[in-house]
Order: sequence, then structure tokens, then C-alpha cells
Amino acid sequence: MRFVEGFKFTRMDSPIHRLDPRAKFILTLGFFAASLMFTNLYALVIIFLAEIPGILLARTVSRWLRSMRGGLFLGFFIFVMNVIFGTPLASSLAFTARFFAIMSAFSFFFMTTSADDLGLALEQIHVPYSISFTFTTAVRLVPTMAIDAQTVVDAQRSRGLELDKGNFIKRIRNYIPILIPLIISAIRRSVELAEALESRAFGATENRTAIVTLKMRPADYLVIFATFAGVALAVYVYWFVKLPTLVIPIEIPRFF
Amino acid sequence: MISVENVSFHYPGGAQVLDEVNLQIKDGEFVAIMGENGAGKTTLVKMFNGLLKPTEGKISVDDVDTREKSVAQLSRDVGLIFQNPDHQLFAETVTEELSFSLRNFGFKEDVVQRRVTSLMNTLDLDRYSNSSPFVLSGGERKRVALAAILAWDPKHVIMDEPTIGQDYLQKDRLRNFIVQLLSQRKTIVIVTHDVEFVAECKPRIVLLSHGRIIGDGTSAKVLTDPALVEKASLVMPQISSLMGTLQDLTPPSDIIDAYSAREFLSTKLKHVVGRKTSQGS
Repeated sequence: MRFVEGFKFTRMDSPIHRLDPRAKFILTLGFFAASLMFTNLYALVIIFLAEIPGILLARTVSRWLRSMRGGLFLGFFIFVMNVIFGTPLASSLAFTARFFAIMSAFSFFFMTTSADDLGLALEQIHVPYSISFTFTTAVRLVPTMAIDAQTVVDAQRSRGLELDKGNFIKRIRNYIPILIPLIISAIRRSVELAEALESRAFGATENRTAIVTLKMRPADYLVIFATFAGVALAVYVYWFVKLPTLVIPIEIPRFF
Repeated sequence: MISVENVSFHYPGGAQVLDEVNLQIKDGEFVAIMGENGAGKTTLVKMFNGLLKPTEGKISVDDVDTREKSVAQLSRDVGLIFQNPDHQLFAETVTEELSFSLRNFGFKEDVVQRRVTSLMNTLDLDRYSNSSPFVLSGGERKRVALAAILAWDPKHVIMDEPTIGQDYLQKDRLRNFIVQLLSQRKTIVIVTHDVEFVAECKPRIVLLSHGRIIGDGTSAKVLTDPALVEKASLVMPQISSLMGTLQDLTPPSDIIDAYSAREFLSTKLKHVVGRKTSQGS
């Protein structure tokens, strides 16, 4: 579960960490939108590569690599499922690249933005507090869930479960004893959290006050401008530029 | 036998959790590992079935180096019961839950059925055989988790915080069950903060603090040493504290449980009553 480290905020002093969370969120959404726009492998690889300078500037390369490594199984799963359901090889690769581009963008955002800043940002763009609270709580609970997941894995391995044993289908089925306790404990935790919140007068007043207010600086405006420019470029390329397509001369038998 | 030789451990990029720990646990022995939060107790026992491997030193279980075997292979002899039963229960029924590990270890179906039925009787779970483990109470879920490990009859049984969330009756049952397991020559290792439970069970105590063993001996010796107890962020058993207030009766310093206290006090009272009677006549 160490790949979750790639989504965990660590307080650091870097130009990216100092950016306003709203600017980082817009940048992430920009990468997300561009990734969804294309089905061309080259374009998706370029989007993926465009995310790397930000990760380098944030000095979070090792944790980002960990998250990428953790995503390998899911990436492979996406690729295999696409191939099984008859998607051409090049497109299957493109969908896998899209997954890594999106995962990388959100890894970048969560590694450099604290849950508190995220909550403030959402409140200041007038997202209702109950929604911003839900979102930031979900973010905060990710490391806790990761610890839970590791404990569940340890508990089931101690009962003789071997996750990497058997064929592909068996390996997927091996995860059932992991997922069910995780889901059950997440539901139990959310019920307890809801009761604790109600006991502490959550939602008693409409207008909340905040001790800290976020302020945009020139660098933040620059990032937002660059994001819009990048998205505009992506839209232009999507509509007006004919991108080369990858041709893989291998025939995959249709399973369905 | 579980042998821990010069074991140190740190999580990747983390602080040192265990520092040069040496420990020998003989077959059939009952050991309680105690110490403050973060002392390294759970980390140590997770090494017994290979979930964690020492960064330095060596752990061997029945002369097998834990680094050379998989968790599944080691678990066949070392059953580790986790603190929170919700971290392992997943099946639709209690019967399925107990069968899971037996099938993982490749037991035949008739053996699976026999063992599951026998364990449910022993642990008073038979009336829940077709119930979902999730609808049971906390204590019952803990019993299911315990049964799920004991199902394959491991030689060494490790329990992480077995008394947490248990009422007094359940603790009493657990104590009796441990006695039963010890009579079958099983090694029992418990990780606990529950001083009163330990004082009643009287196992050998290994006291950990900041990843090092600071005390190792009988319960009576370790739990009545005020300096050791304080260093491990524990408190002395209530009976020991009570005996401490009865200095006029000169109680022995190793009384930690209600039974020994009653024995001592009844002897003393007989002595006092006898003296008064002879003075009266």
C-alpha cells in the first residue's frame, strides 16, 4: 500500500507547494480535461510528460514514482480488459496511458496540497461547507484507509491467503477477502464519524467564519493562464491537427 | 521454539522500531509482551509469522529462519490473531469464515467440516454457524476471529491485544481458553496493555520500551518493580497496590492476583483471630 504515499501531502517548501490550491486544482483539472479529450497515444504520452516538470519542481519524484508503480496493476488490468473486449492494441495502450496521465495529475495535486488548504479553497469558491467538508474528509481518510488496507492484507496473509497465486481470474478473486473487510470498516467508520460530527453540532450555523483566507499571487495567475492556454492548445490540436496514429500489426483474437 | 537474535527493525524511511532485541520463547510457554504504545510489540510479533522481516538480526521459528519462508508457510505453525476482528472477517457465514484458512492450507473437505464444527462447539459459536459474522457483537466477532486462526491448529498462537473490547466475562472465558491451549502444549504469546488480565494469568512478561527489552521475567517479578512498570508506561496491578498499603501485615512483594491475596489475607486473619481468642481465654 506504499503507493498511497504518492497521494499523501507532505509539508515542504517548494514553488509548487507555495502555489494557491485553486491554481493547482485548475492545473490538475486542465490535465484531466486534456487527458479525456484525446484517444491518441502520442497526445496522451505528451500530456503525461508535460506533468513531469511540475513534479520535479515539487521535489516529489520518488513518491510519484511509487504511486506510478502502484498503479501498474490497474494499468495492466485496463489494458488487458480493453484487449479482451476487442479494442485495438494501440487504443488499449492509449487508454492505459490516459489512466497514468490522470493518476499522475491527481497524485501531483494531492502530494502538494494539504487537506486544510483544499477545504479553504473550496469554501472560498462558495462550495457549500457540507460538500467541501465531505471532500476534504475523504482526502484526509486516504492514508488511514491505506493503513487499514495493509492491516487487512496482513491479517488475510496470516490466514494462508496468497494474493499472487493462481491465474488472472483467481488473483482477482483473491482480493475479495481484502475488499469486504475494507468496505465494512469504511462504512462503520463513516457512521461513527457522522455521529461524532452531529454530537459536535456540525451544520448548526449557516455562516461559518475562517481564521485564514487564501490570496492569489502573480505566480498563481501565471499557472492559471498557462493552464487555459494549454487546454486551448489541446482543443486546437484535437480539432485542427491530424496527429500520427500508432499502428501495431498484431492481430488479437476476439474473445467476445 | 521462537528465537529472536539481535533483531533490529525500521520501516523504510522511518524511525527505528526495534533495537537489538534478543528473546527465546520455548514451546508450550505463555508469554505476555507488554510496553507503552509504539514500543514495538506488534512489530515484533508480526515478525514471528514473517509478515515483517528483520532489517538486522535473525528470527527463527522451530529452527526455520523466517526470511527463508513465505508468510503462508510460516503461518501454518504460527497463528497470528489480529487486534481488530473486522480486519479479517469477510465471509457470508461464520462456518465459511472458519473454513477459509483451512481451504487456503489445503485441508480436505471432511477435515474442514470436522474442525469447524468442533471449534464452534468449543468457542460457543455453534448457534451462529449460519449467521453473518457482521451481525455478531464485538465479543462474538473476536471469538470468530480467534476460532478462524485456531481452526488449522497452529503450534504457536500469537494474540494481539486479545482483551480489548471484551467484558469481564469474556476475559474470564479467554483466560480459561488460554489455559486449555497451554494444556495442549501450545505456545501462547499475547501482546497487551491489560495489567489486570496479565496479573490473573501470570505469564512470563517481556517488557518493551522504545524498541528495547527492559524487563523479562515472571509476572510477579516484573509487575511489582515500580521502576520497570513506570518506564513501560504501565501501572502496577490493583492487588499489588493494595498489598503495598498493608505494610503492617508485611505482605510478600510478589502478590499480584486476587487468589494469592485472598490466601495471604485469610492466613493473616486466622493468625490475628487466633491470637485474640487466646488472649480472651
